Order: sequence, then C-alpha cells, then structure tokens
Amino acid sequence: MRRGAFIDHVAWTGLGIAYTLSPAGVMTGRALAEGMSNDTIAFVQISDSHIGFHQAANPDVEATLTASVDAINALPQQPAFVVHTGDITHLSSAEQFDRAHSLLGKLRAPLIALPGEHDVLGNDFKPYLSNFKIPNATDAGWASWENGGVHFVAILNVFSFEKMGLLGNDQLAWLERDLAPLPKSRPIVVFTHVPLYALYPDWGWTTEDGSKALALLQRFDRVTVLNGHIHQVITHEEGNIRFASAAATAYPQPKPGTAAKPGPVTLPHDDLLRAIGYRTVQLATGNDARIVDRALG
Amino acid sequence: MKTFMFLAAAILATAALGNAATSATAVHIKDDAYNPATLTVHAGDIVLFVNDDDDAHTVTARDGSFDSKGLDTHQSWQHTFTKPGSYAYFCELHPFMKGTIIVKAVTQ
Repeated sequence: MRRGAFIDHVAWTGLGIAYTLSPAGVMTGRALAEGMSNDTIAFVQISDSHIGFHQAANPDVEATLTASVDAINALPQQPAFVVHTGDITHLSSAEQFDRAHSLLGKLRAPLIALPGEHDVLGNDFKPYLSNFKIPNATDAGWASWENGGVHFVAILNVFSFEKMGLLGNDQLAWLERDLAPLPKSRPIVVFTHVPLYALYPDWGWTTEDGSKALALLQRFDRVTVLNGHIHQVITHEEGNIRFASAAATAYPQPKPGTAAKPGPVTLPHDDLLRAIGYRTVQLATGNDARIVDRALG
Repeated sequence: MKTFMFLAAAILATAALGNAATSATAVHIKDDAYNPATLTVHAGDIVLFVNDDDDAHTVTARDGSFDSKGLDTHQSWQHTFTKPGSYAYFCELHPFMKGTIIVKAVTQ
C-alpha cells in the first residue's frame, strides 16, 4: 500500500522525492537539500534514452538526454561513474549509436553503459559493443568491479528475446563464481536492464531465471538492484534485496496494469519533464543505499 | 529517405498484386498485436507487415527463417513465403505479441 502511494506521487507530481530503503523495509520521504558527501561512494543512474525515437511522447529525446547530462555535470560533486541501464538507442542503428555516443560523451564522469533489448535487435551485439563496452567486461559482455568497498555487478538479461529477460546458465555460473569469495557484509549493487524479479510478467517486465540470481544474492546483508526498461520509478524488497526501477530520459510508460499495453505515454511537455530524469545513489559504510530520483522539470 | 524506401516497398507490394502468380496480404500491427494474428496464404505469396502502432516492433520467426528487424512507427516490411508450413512469429521488443502465418501449397 505504501508503495502504491509512492508510485502515485511519482506519476502525478514528478520525481522530486528522495527515499531511503531501510532495513525495516520502510521508505522515508526526504527533502532534496544536501548534495553528495565525501565519505560515501556516489554514482548516477540514467536509463532508456531511446535515441532515434521521434513520436509524440517525446519528439526530442536528444534534448532530454542532453538536459540529463548537463544536470549530472552540474552536480556539486561528480559521481564516481554514471551507469546507463540500457535502451540507449531505439532501434540499434549505427546512426543512433553514433548520436548516443556523442551525447553521452559529454558526461564528465566515466560512463558504464549496459545494453537493453532495443540496443541488440536481431541479437546483434556488434553496434552496441563497438560503442559502449563495459570496462573489464567478460567476452560475453557482463562485468563486475570493486569501488569504494562496494562490489558492483552488471548483469545482461537481453540475450533471449523469446524469453526476455533471461540470464542463461553461463552467466549464472559466472555470477556464482564472482560472488563466492565475498563476505556477507560486502555491499552489493547489481545493474540490469529488465527487472530481475517478476515485476509485471504480463508485459514482459520480469527475468525468467532471475530467481536463480536472487538466490545467489540472498546471503548478503545489503543488496541493491537497479534496473531500467519500465520507464518509471518502482521499488520492491525481497529479504535483504532492495530493487529500484529507474525513470527514463526519454518518456514514461504506464503503471503496471493501468493500460491495455505498455508503451510510450504522451503527456503535456511540463508533465513529461516531471516524469523523466536521472537518479543519484549514495552508499555509506554500514548504511543502506540512499536513492534520489531527480526529474528534469 | 527511409520513408521513400518504405513507400517503394509498399508500391512494389501493390504492384505484385497485379501478378497472377502471387498476391499480397497485409498484417497490421496496432496496440501491441498483430492483426490478423493468424493469416493463411499460399506458397509464393507476399505478406506486408505494417506498423500502425505508436511503438517500435519486430516480426521475428521463432524458427529464424525471417526477421523484419526494428520497425518504427509507420514503417513496413514484406516477406515472400515460399515453403508450405506454419510459421510462428513474435516481437523481439514485446515477446508477448504472437502471430502465425500458415502457408498452403499451391494446387495445380
């Protein structure tokens, strides 16, 4: 019920709300006063830019991505990195990747960009990989790295279109090996494109074998899973795992089950700017992730 | 430029209607659905897939025998079905969208 109220707030008054995912599972609204402090690792998440989209829901997706990039560049303290959780382009074309590469290249912080299904149409990863390969990624494209005492994992779940999302046994075996040596106290942050849990399977907002990844993550004290794909802020908890789907930089989609189908929602321009934007995330030692969704309008 | 290409494809498909050996039929994509969801044609027929929706879609065969790649709003794509059989297809971007083309042998 609490989650429903939060979603309503986001949908109708924009993203200008901060919340903390506490161990007790209570979300606390906060004012957006302070910037990022020095004693934490801070990063930014953006998602679903759909460069090449030019329908009524957002006739200028390049402008809204640029506005997001400018806002991130103007943050009082630069994030350790900016992660893009996929659907960088609308239809995987070389021209769209070229434009996206140029626009995202203006970020001051290092960029880590995951593919969405829109970026690998025809199961062809080449246009994506020639522009946005994750640093230190395995040959298959997924990756993990340590930063500020946090273990970060970028999982790809856009390999199988028929069963989207799907991780596959190779990736699950890799994840098991990757997590095995870590103490349970190590904070884990996982990035994916498609939600890792069954958020709304009727619209494909789920990962078929996601529960196998969650089983591997369950033993850790503090896990945060951040995804895109659904173009709206929705939070969820399962044990010690906290999920937060991000807004797009392009256009919103309907809340689960409130429309006949998922897809672009056309709003008046001012309302569009309140429904899209970027997200700042802070992790302080011993605390849960502090996630702030910031709208463009 | 793309508009011209798709216009040309539509004209070609229309032109094919005049050929006694083939006929063209269309599947329209609207509201995350293929209409009609099941279409029966004869071997050699051309099927035109038209995206009338406000979102991008694909027409992708489950057996890998055809793939439109991404079809933006107002774009269309055509495929000639030469072998009799039942061809199930789906949308890579919305896997819950399903369609079938049934291709019947041409009787002499």
